Amino acid sequence: MTAAATAANDAAFVEFDHVQKSYDGVSLVVKDLNLKIGKGEFLTMLGPSGSGKTTCLMMLAGFETATHGEIRLDGRNINDVPPHKRGIGMVFQNYALFPHMSVGENLAFPLEVRGMGKDEREAKIKRALDMVQMGQFANRRPAQLSGGQQQRIALARALVFDPKLVLMDEPLGALDKQLREHMQFEIKHLHESLGITVVYVTHDQGEALTMSDRIAVFNDGRIQQLASPADLYERPENSFVAQFIGENNKLPGTIEKLEGDKALVRLATGEMIDATAVNIREKGQQTLVSIRPERVEFKPSMMPPGAHTIDAEVTEVIYMGDILRAVLRVAGSNGFVMKMRNTLGQTRLSPGQTIKIGWDPLDARALDPM
Amino acid sequence: MAEPLAAAGNAGAAPAPELLTTADGRPLRAALAKAQTRARRRAFLLVVPLLVFVLLTFLVPIGYMLQRSFQHDGFSSAAPALDAWFAANPKFDPANPPEEAYAALVDDLKRMQGDRTTGIAGTRINYTVPGTVSLFKSGARDAETLTPPFKQGLVATNPRWAEPKIWLAMAAASHNTTPEFYYVAADYKLTDNGWERGAPNERIYLYLFAKTFLVSGIITFICLILAFPVAHLLATLPMSRASLLMILVLLPFWTSLLVRTSAWIALLQEQGVVNNMLVKIGLVADGNRLAMMYNMTGTIVAMTHVLLPFMILPLYSVMRTIPVSYTRAARSLGATSWTTFRRVYLPQTLPGIAAGSLLVFILAVGYYITPALVGGADGQLISNLISFHMAKSNWSLAAALAGMLLVAILVLYWIYDKLIGIDRLKLG
Repeated sequence: MTAAATAANDAAFVEFDHVQKSYDGVSLVVKDLNLKIGKGEFLTMLGPSGSGKTTCLMMLAGFETATHGEIRLDGRNINDVPPHKRGIGMVFQNYALFPHMSVGENLAFPLEVRGMGKDEREAKIKRALDMVQMGQFANRRPAQLSGGQQQRIALARALVFDPKLVLMDEPLGALDKQLREHMQFEIKHLHESLGITVVYVTHDQGEALTMSDRIAVFNDGRIQQLASPADLYERPENSFVAQFIGENNKLPGTIEKLEGDKALVRLATGEMIDATAVNIREKGQQTLVSIRPERVEFKPSMMPPGAHTIDAEVTEVIYMGDILRAVLRVAGSNGFVMKMRNTLGQTRLSPGQTIKIGWDPLDARALDPM
Repeated sequence: MAEPLAAAGNAGAAPAPELLTTADGRPLRAALAKAQTRARRRAFLLVVPLLVFVLLTFLVPIGYMLQRSFQHDGFSSAAPALDAWFAANPKFDPANPPEEAYAALVDDLKRMQGDRTTGIAGTRINYTVPGTVSLFKSGARDAETLTPPFKQGLVATNPRWAEPKIWLAMAAASHNTTPEFYYVAADYKLTDNGWERGAPNERIYLYLFAKTFLVSGIITFICLILAFPVAHLLATLPMSRASLLMILVLLPFWTSLLVRTSAWIALLQEQGVVNNMLVKIGLVADGNRLAMMYNMTGTIVAMTHVLLPFMILPLYSVMRTIPVSYTRAARSLGATSWTTFRRVYLPQTLPGIAAGSLLVFILAVGYYITPALVGGADGQLISNLISFHMAKSNWSLAAALAGMLLVAILVLYWIYDKLIGIDRLKLG
């Protein structure tokens, strides 16, 4: 992961350089995109629908043209290269397997248009089908396959002509949860064993966190944060990322004291909490403190020494199997969530109970108020 | 593997299912049928009005018309004596009929004069041997005064009464049911030696059939070439602009056929808009104006225009269902835009092409008004001839021609079903 991340900085394999895209000449769908993707990296573009991530992928594939800026592949400007000359493999959300061709013919298609001989073609098709464990399906029609099987064939077709770069546009969106998780693992595995570069678009944050080397979180046509999954989850740089990735508690307040990245925040009800300043510049500024539910503690023994604690009233406890989820009333507002592991010795809270909660200041991130 | 093929594996091993019964012991199959009967009866009642309508206004008239193509009692009902004699002597010599045959003929001619059926009987014979109406009319008048021997007497009034083909025609017409109209429609002629194929320059019906099919084929092809890009545009444009374009496509439907055809006359006639423009820009000399109307060109142009929507709509309905990701996938896999079109897009539009072509071709084969208005002498199709015979009240020949047309279309339909499958037909 780190190797790929550093590679991205040295020699970018794919590079978006000040790319802008507008469809109507009035508004920008992609606003000044700068992104370097290293060779062999698995980069995910994650964001809500309409955030510009799919547009970026389509510009890279060549189906949309950049209104401004340059897109480079392996150091070469590909703005004016038509899609069929880019040599980029692509997997579509609806698989896009040609319905009038058998699986084998689908896989032969990219090889035939490259003028490859029959023997070589068959060897490659066999290798690609074995790669996705679909060796015996070459003579089937796509319509005779299940969704998961079609997805594997689509993957094999995108890989059969040995592209250096593979784009995936929400490829697992149509599969059920269990199959999706299985395919995530397989795609990740293929990426590692083939050493290809993958640009993956999804709106599913779980998928992004599991598979990626780095994730670019898109919103409103901009990359909000570009970081590894762990950094993104644990150290979100702004309120959008904090809220989009995983579950988060938000406590609005004012900066009372600011020393380096250590901040003291006064909540609306007057309580003080410790937090780490992220994109906060000065004392007195409005802020939104974000804390992950699983980092909230209510047992004094588990809290770091000297940490501020605040009162919380339990309003609801939900039994979720592996975890217990307590909904608390904190600093005058409802809906503060705390997750507890469901262990034998776990304290069982009940609604109406009043407890003291606290956390490591590193886990409370003081962000812009949005 | 995440998904083993479970279904295929178990099917063979499953034991034969025992006869299931409902909780109260009735066989399950009977219970199911009974439960569904009510729903089925209600559904049937809903279609009854349409069924009756189709039966009364479509199937019955067509059946009646087709019956006319092989049934005609104009002669047999007017000439009972001859009917009886022909029935008794099926193998008579038409070159030299005996005296009894002439006696029966004279007897019948006298009866016709009394019943005023000479015209009907003469017309029936006239269908297979032209120019016999007057023969029967004068014969019926002369029969009053004839005395035996009738053979000499009748032939003396008109030598045509000795012609073998007249006797062959009367023998055939003495039956109610006859394939003769189909012989005529297939360009056979009744000669003294029986039915013979007409000379090549006399084969007007088959020639016209061939021409109709050829012209329909040309029109279908032009429609396809013109409709394909339009349908593709319709299928890919955003909805709001697509519906505007769709209105333009459907506009011909909302205009009277006569108005549309007249518009083409105004455009294409010798003093029309197109010719005037060509003369004005000097492409065509004033004395040498193009003949684009009242010939085959006029028929093809006007019919292509009229039938174009029938090609666009099925194509559009198929193209609309082809997601753009197929062509994108093909492009990303390295195919040029031409290869993408030829190998990925075109094959998927085949059901639409087939449906549109079948529709346009069948409509074109039976087209009548447009060729009648703009076809002139050269641009007439088989339907115009059918209508001509109906106007001349030779309904049986018209019905025989229409029957042949119907069979030809059913054969085409059958071929289509064999090649493409009728279940893949998508209309609009």
